[in-house]
Amino acid sequence: MTAPPDDCLARNEWICGAYLTSRRGILWDATLQHLQLTALSVLLGCAVALPLALAARHRRWAAAPVLGVTTVLYTIPSLAMFSLLLPVYGLSATLVVTGLALYSLTLLVRNLLAGLRAVPEETRQAARGLGYGPLRLLLTVELPLALPAAMAGLRIATVSAVSLVTVGAIVGFGGLGNLVYSGMNTFFKAQVLTASVLCVLIAVAADLLLLGAQRLLTPWARRAV
Amino acid sequence: MTILAGTWSWLTTAAHWYGPDGIWTRLGQHLLLTVVCLLISCVLALPVALLLGHLGRGGALAVNISNTGRAVPTFAVLVLLLLTPVGSFGQGPTVIALVLFSVPPLLTNAYVGMREADPDVVRAARGMGMTGWQTVRRVELPLALPLVLTGVRIAAVQLVATATLAALVGGGGLGRIITAGFNLASTPQVVAGAVLVAAFALIVEGLFEAGRRLVPYHSRGNRTGAGGTA
Repeated sequence: MTAPPDDCLARNEWICGAYLTSRRGILWDATLQHLQLTALSVLLGCAVALPLALAARHRRWAAAPVLGVTTVLYTIPSLAMFSLLLPVYGLSATLVVTGLALYSLTLLVRNLLAGLRAVPEETRQAARGLGYGPLRLLLTVELPLALPAAMAGLRIATVSAVSLVTVGAIVGFGGLGNLVYSGMNTFFKAQVLTASVLCVLIAVAADLLLLGAQRLLTPWARRAV
Repeated sequence: MTILAGTWSWLTTAAHWYGPDGIWTRLGQHLLLTVVCLLISCVLALPVALLLGHLGRGGALAVNISNTGRAVPTFAVLVLLLLTPVGSFGQGPTVIALVLFSVPPLLTNAYVGMREADPDVVRAARGMGMTGWQTVRRVELPLALPLVLTGVRIAAVQLVATATLAALVGGGGLGRIITAGFNLASTPQVVAGAVLVAAFALIVEGLFEAGRRLVPYHSRGNRTGAGGTA
């Protein structure tokens, strides 16, 4: 009979260095899954949001349904959203990615549309006068000018996605949320706290990274901020 | 198709609606949690936000709290609270987490609403001899009302979403039907629960939208900001 080791793991303390060293692999895998799920869902959201915003911008009748449907999607609670997609994707990472991408649509479409609508008509006409075709006008004039507004939406969407990935634990693909979930069932305090703190750190880091990217991409706006 | 049929038959089975685990009981819990927490949050946040807005102080705080709130995973906070001593008080963790996450939108919107009241109008009220309290009650508050109500709407929708997550940590509410479905590996029940939760959230959003259309045009305000996520 050996006495239990006198360390913070045995005492089940909230903050525990021994946890960090002994479960480094698990933490790393969960963080990686968290980052992958977040990145994939936000990228998928952007890929879908861009054509939707452009359609709403150019076809007047399309704006109301696009904004209406994406807002309705945003209202559905995350647990319900994942569950509603269950028959389509089963217990898979695709389910979490799709659900989160649907959430990001509202923020991305709204901000992209607001940015595109704020491009001055004179600027557009000047570009047309210089002989710019519709595609070149969009890529070199309209989208860059819409970028600050779009990035604001992207930042909120990314930060929200990081925190919502945790709910994916219900289907087993929740990144750090998996650790929170299993930590809850075993009353493993160090695991719950560490995973939660890592979640917040990822969100803050992603936000700062996007802010930096925005500054690099819009050098003309730097003085104004 | 079989899952759709299964969901329909689950929803139309009378036994699933009654009893301690029935839909009506869960709906009642969900509604009670949402209403109680919305009231607590309003009582806590609105007076502070209105006062700060009137004085024009603490703006950075009011706005930043709301942005920071998005970075904190609701589910993780629920579990953290569950493992603290608060966890031994039944719905304690749920109520605290719910209030914590519905205060920021209330605070931000009420503060911004008060600040955006036309300064000329406020000065005119002062010039007419109104006291600070009279200015708040008869000028600033009516002008801020649309944004304050937008805050309440966002908070309410967020509360419905968060009350769903409470089921993950053993709380009551409609989310319980979903988690029970997962435990039974019964996809029809999971989907049925999700349909109920989604419908409930959309009805709450719809009621606020309908209410907004009933008020006089000048105090409707724009639909800025989307609902909550949790």
